[in-house]
Amino acid sequence: MYTSLTNRRSFIKKMAIMSAMTAAAGLFPGILFAKEQEANLPKGANLDWKKTPCRFCGVGCGVLVGVENGKAVAVKGDPKSPVNKGLCCVKGYHSVMSIYGKDRLTKPLIKKNGKYVETSMKEALDLIATKMKETINDHGKDAVSIYGSGQWTIPDGYVASKLFKGCIGTNNVEANARLCMASAVTGFLTSFGLDEPMGCYEDIDHADVFFLWGNNMAEMHPVLFSRLLDQRLKRGVKIIDFATRTTRTSMAADKSIIFKPQTDLAVANAICYEIIKNGWVNTAFVEKHCSFNKGLTNMGYGLEDGYKFNDKPEKIDFESYKTFLEDYTPEKVEKISGVSAKDIKYMAAYYGDPNKKVMSLWCMGMNQHTRGTWINNLVYNIHLLTGKISTPGNSPFSLTGQPSACGTVREVGTLTHKLPHGVVMNKEHREHAAKIWDVPVENIPSKPTYHTVEMFRALDRGDIRFMWIQVTNPMVTMPKLKRYRDATKKEGRFIVVSDIYPTPTTDIADVILPSAMWIEREGMYGNSERRTQYFEQMIDPPGEAMSDTWQLIEVARRLGYEKQFYYKKETHIEEIYNEYRRHHEGKKHAMAPLEVLKSQPGAQWPYVDGESTQWRFNAKYDPACSNGEDFHFYGKPDGKAVIWQRPYEPAPEVPDNEYPFWLSTGRVVEHWHTGSMTRRIPVLHRAMPHAYVELNPEEAKQMQIRTGDKVKLTTRRGEIVLPASVNERGVPEKGQVFVPFFDENMLINDVTLDAFCPISKQPDYKKCAVKVEKV
Amino acid sequence: MPIKSYLAHPHTGKKNALITALSKIANCEVIPAENRDLLIVVTDTNSKVEDENLKETIEAIESLKLLVMVSGFDTPKQD
Repeated sequence: MYTSLTNRRSFIKKMAIMSAMTAAAGLFPGILFAKEQEANLPKGANLDWKKTPCRFCGVGCGVLVGVENGKAVAVKGDPKSPVNKGLCCVKGYHSVMSIYGKDRLTKPLIKKNGKYVETSMKEALDLIATKMKETINDHGKDAVSIYGSGQWTIPDGYVASKLFKGCIGTNNVEANARLCMASAVTGFLTSFGLDEPMGCYEDIDHADVFFLWGNNMAEMHPVLFSRLLDQRLKRGVKIIDFATRTTRTSMAADKSIIFKPQTDLAVANAICYEIIKNGWVNTAFVEKHCSFNKGLTNMGYGLEDGYKFNDKPEKIDFESYKTFLEDYTPEKVEKISGVSAKDIKYMAAYYGDPNKKVMSLWCMGMNQHTRGTWINNLVYNIHLLTGKISTPGNSPFSLTGQPSACGTVREVGTLTHKLPHGVVMNKEHREHAAKIWDVPVENIPSKPTYHTVEMFRALDRGDIRFMWIQVTNPMVTMPKLKRYRDATKKEGRFIVVSDIYPTPTTDIADVILPSAMWIEREGMYGNSERRTQYFEQMIDPPGEAMSDTWQLIEVARRLGYEKQFYYKKETHIEEIYNEYRRHHEGKKHAMAPLEVLKSQPGAQWPYVDGESTQWRFNAKYDPACSNGEDFHFYGKPDGKAVIWQRPYEPAPEVPDNEYPFWLSTGRVVEHWHTGSMTRRIPVLHRAMPHAYVELNPEEAKQMQIRTGDKVKLTTRRGEIVLPASVNERGVPEKGQVFVPFFDENMLINDVTLDAFCPISKQPDYKKCAVKVEKV
Repeated sequence: MPIKSYLAHPHTGKKNALITALSKIANCEVIPAENRDLLIVVTDTNSKVEDENLKETIEAIESLKLLVMVSGFDTPKQD
């Protein structure tokens, strides 16, 4: 294509501006450039600004979307939002552009003779219902399944759970949050008996020290990280990055401490050892509010089909726990972890200082871990031993990755074992759900079926024959991907995919349904700090695109469940939300009324007597506390939180002579997960056009590899070629490489391992062994 | 024909003064951040000498604390 010099010069100038903006965003996450924002506005714009939570990530920033003539044309941070206080990151700032990609799916497509043929929505929905009926008749109800995500709105997940668990009668409901948040859930449940953080983002304004456990917050949660940096400017707080790789977060932190993969378990125990040894235990708190447990060890890693594990908790006393920790002196742990005894003592001293308020933050580093539940438990141990929990600024805080991983997957309960309130294994919980769903209680099976990895294995084996995938892209995100991609192509499998753009997952579909995206429909998301946020429909979806909620309702009615899916088209979101609220009635989890969510930037549950609860389990703030004490961990029958004895155990696959490097995968600031939306935003795509492999600079030099050179990575699952990145964004330690997973043209998950935490069933994408060669 | 972009950090309280000073310089475009004390500066000159002179002019501004180059391009001469 011919480009005039004038045009080229103008283009280069824009590139220069964009480079500077990207660099600025790295230094100051959430930075705004009004000129750039205004450049996208139509002249003489008379915009109608409407509030919504951001579509990307679990922080849940409040944004205002400018709508003109039926089109979303601008975004700005909502200054009224207590989450982001008017700030946005690069993804949020450009979010509405992701709606208008040229290849939006607008018509349903049915695969006929190997080719996709446009059809009407009625025919597509009829076919889906017919296939579901046939599959249930031929193979039983556990042969149909649904796989959603933490990007499902609350109503999407709610009707999916009601249809599959309540009406059809199968627990084959899973969501991609299993891949990112399951260890956080089991961590909360085992330590406190109830899911989700006890604290909130306001802890950032009170804490003196921040420990980031394997959490590249500068790229993954940039707006929250900017709040940390802001507090450092105002109050001189300390930020300590504890990670396996040097990142933008490490560079911005006051101190960067690097540990060997998997050894965070040992370091956390060493911190507890130091706290006890130095007399920093808050004895009154521990005696009154904590109990001690140990569980099974050598659990395995779930690598074989049908793997099952059930932990057997056993009560222990403080003295036994203290004896156990003697294997974790800083000097012993230095040898395992590579972290100096001095640095371990440095970390312990901050946690142990009674005059310092400490916040621990983590995300995928701790959760995507074959001992993910354990490491969550161990960080809680540190906070429980010191009594630094459930008070402003003292907060162990698990961050989420998706806009409604908490709101939909964890609270609505779109996982095989969950119900909106409680679990399928509990008779009372099943009765509670059945009553609200207006179904016989016998409909809801009492046993969970398949967690995500096992669900795709069941599809491969033929135990599952029908799968409906909504708002997620498993053909990019599943570990050991090739096995599961091949599974979908087997004879006798029927796959439905609801999405907004073509992806590698729509490629394996028999039926593709075009979905309405975010503000093209009405809904709610729930963020990391228990905040539920509402958004109205602001614009029309393109073509025949339909919300995932309404797709499910249409199919449910075709399956004969008109009574349960009674909702009116005009008011169905309100009706569904009001029905959903009934599951959570009571002081421990009451949800705010819809009119409250409409009038303000969200509300935090438990919402009691017209007020959000910021700090749970603390009688000063939480009306559910009822034991007459200052703290009440009411999730456990004895009202006490559990300090767990959990050892260090190695990863299932470690580097050896044949595969001498660790491979870790992750995200980048420009792209939302698999990039299916953000790669269609030109400015973000240009800023980060493709994946790469980060190498340690010294090792790259030894191998004569420079940035841009082709590098072949080989694991026991396969091989992939990627361009090298040396001394650019992140710097791995010697013996390690890092690859982002957003690029569907370079599927790193073809070579990752599908080992998972035996308790949470969450896969570990951060550790497997790999060979590295220059091509 | 160099085109360069920089991040310009003003001295405390001098953001507006820096914007004003930069805006007066020819071949120099300024994009201030809305919520941070940081400016993007883009220079567009006709020769290497002109580019170096412009950089010296910018660095002489009193309200400027630090100037960091982010990207540099050299394009063919414009007709």
